[in-house]
Amino acid sequence: MLLYFKYLSILFRSQMQYRTSFWLLTFGQLLLPFAVFAGLYFLFSRFGELQGWSFFEAALCFGVIHMAFSLSECFVRGFDMFSSLVVSGEFDRLLVRPRSTVVQVLGSKFEFTRFGRLVQSAAVLGWALRNLPIAWTPLKALTLLMMVAGGILIFSGIFILNATLCFWTVQGLEVGNVLTDGGREMAQYPLNIYHKRVTLFFTFIIPFGCVSYLPLLFLLGRAEGHGLLYALLPLTSILFLLPCLAVWQIGVRHYRSTGS
Amino acid sequence: MKMYLSVAKLRFVTNLQYRTAAFAGIVTQLFFGFIFIMVYVAFYSRSSAAPPMSLQEVVTYIWLQQMFLGLIALYFRDPDIFELITGGNIAYELCRPCGIYGFWFTKVLATRVSGVVLRCFPVLLIVLLLPEPYGMSLPPGIGAFLLFLLSLFLGLLMVCAISLLIYISIFWTMSPAGSILMVAAAGEFLAGMILPIPLMPGWMQQLANLLPFRWTVDFPFRVYTGNIPVEEALMGNLVQLFWLALLIGLGLLLISRALRRVVVQGG
Repeated sequence: MLLYFKYLSILFRSQMQYRTSFWLLTFGQLLLPFAVFAGLYFLFSRFGELQGWSFFEAALCFGVIHMAFSLSECFVRGFDMFSSLVVSGEFDRLLVRPRSTVVQVLGSKFEFTRFGRLVQSAAVLGWALRNLPIAWTPLKALTLLMMVAGGILIFSGIFILNATLCFWTVQGLEVGNVLTDGGREMAQYPLNIYHKRVTLFFTFIIPFGCVSYLPLLFLLGRAEGHGLLYALLPLTSILFLLPCLAVWQIGVRHYRSTGS
Repeated sequence: MKMYLSVAKLRFVTNLQYRTAAFAGIVTQLFFGFIFIMVYVAFYSRSSAAPPMSLQEVVTYIWLQQMFLGLIALYFRDPDIFELITGGNIAYELCRPCGIYGFWFTKVLATRVSGVVLRCFPVLLIVLLLPEPYGMSLPPGIGAFLLFLLSLFLGLLMVCAISLLIYISIFWTMSPAGSILMVAAAGEFLAGMILPIPLMPGWMQQLANLLPFRWTVDFPFRVYTGNIPVEEALMGNLVQLFWLALLIGLGLLLISRALRRVVVQGG
């Protein structure tokens, strides 16, 4: 873990060398999700509601998912860029070092410019929270934290899964986007608006429903049952992350260098 | 002319090699199409006032968007051209016996077309056969269809001209990423890539009408769905031609300026 933070500080200093480029990129990163959010806002202003969900309720869902996504994109970016490590043969170097491959790949790349995205999602989240009549209790605050944390774990799992594919295909595949970008795009709305089968898939296979939709019900006071259950529900994301890490280990053992 | 054709052909054949990537693209596009449609279905299900676009029109719009993503998306960029400018190999490019603008234009055009050709037909076949409300509908008449093809083609040329303007800007900025991201984000929104223009509020529509972007995406697609009637579409084609001339003229002007002060970086 200490090693990981050391990697971070090195990468941060190296990226700050190009300051203008850094700020331009950060700002650009802010604009992309902003456009998507503007689309959501315009749709609500035209249609009024989304199957019983108000704008701020949807915005809360949007904020949580985008915050989780941007944080995991910041910190797990190494896995996203993994195919380049394999293609260039750099991965061989990591293998001979006496440290876990997971930590090294995590630290190989770190995209601080993604903070733009983070700022945007934080703003949306704050705006939504201010405008929602939520009766705050410590348990609800905990739930909100757990939602973001759970989201980070799920996205990280997907990033790792995508990277593992590179061991077999060498090049990253666009299909991976279905789960990362597609998952984000989908989970930014309350899950119950989708077709039943889609909802089930994204609750029980990839537990987006457990970190966004179900705890959201509790936060908004729409849920029945004990609150603690909902607060702990995002923990199911660990059940998703563990097999992903296991697959990664299998992939590392299967790895054959490209020889370049 | 023959030279440009062979550039296009070469680029085309190279891109056709990536068949697995195309298959992956098809799956991705179908998935995203479904997600977007489900969101719209949910919005439309409780709508009291009649929206300016029917759900069927929106669904068709989304499928067209997914099919022709490669033709219209502004964020697609050609890494080769960046390399040329920032890496210094632009010097070779200048030795070629043809205009650099036309050469790059052909290259960008061929890349976009070849990227789409492999993908759009399988997707088209699937989405035409899908059940309600996910299926894509046919255009209202042969006239609308032909005009759609024409306006899509003109829109494509406009997108290439815009991309080239972005590339040319690298001569001044030297770092592509930030500025492209901004132009792409704003441009795609104003083109109707995130939501169709008629669903935007009035002031946003006015803004979109003043800029070239909506003529690349929103206009051709609404001609296909019949949301824009045939007579209006013909007028629209003229506007497209006007913008195209303007964008290309600007590109030619800027590139001649840039080349006069070009500094070849290193060897």
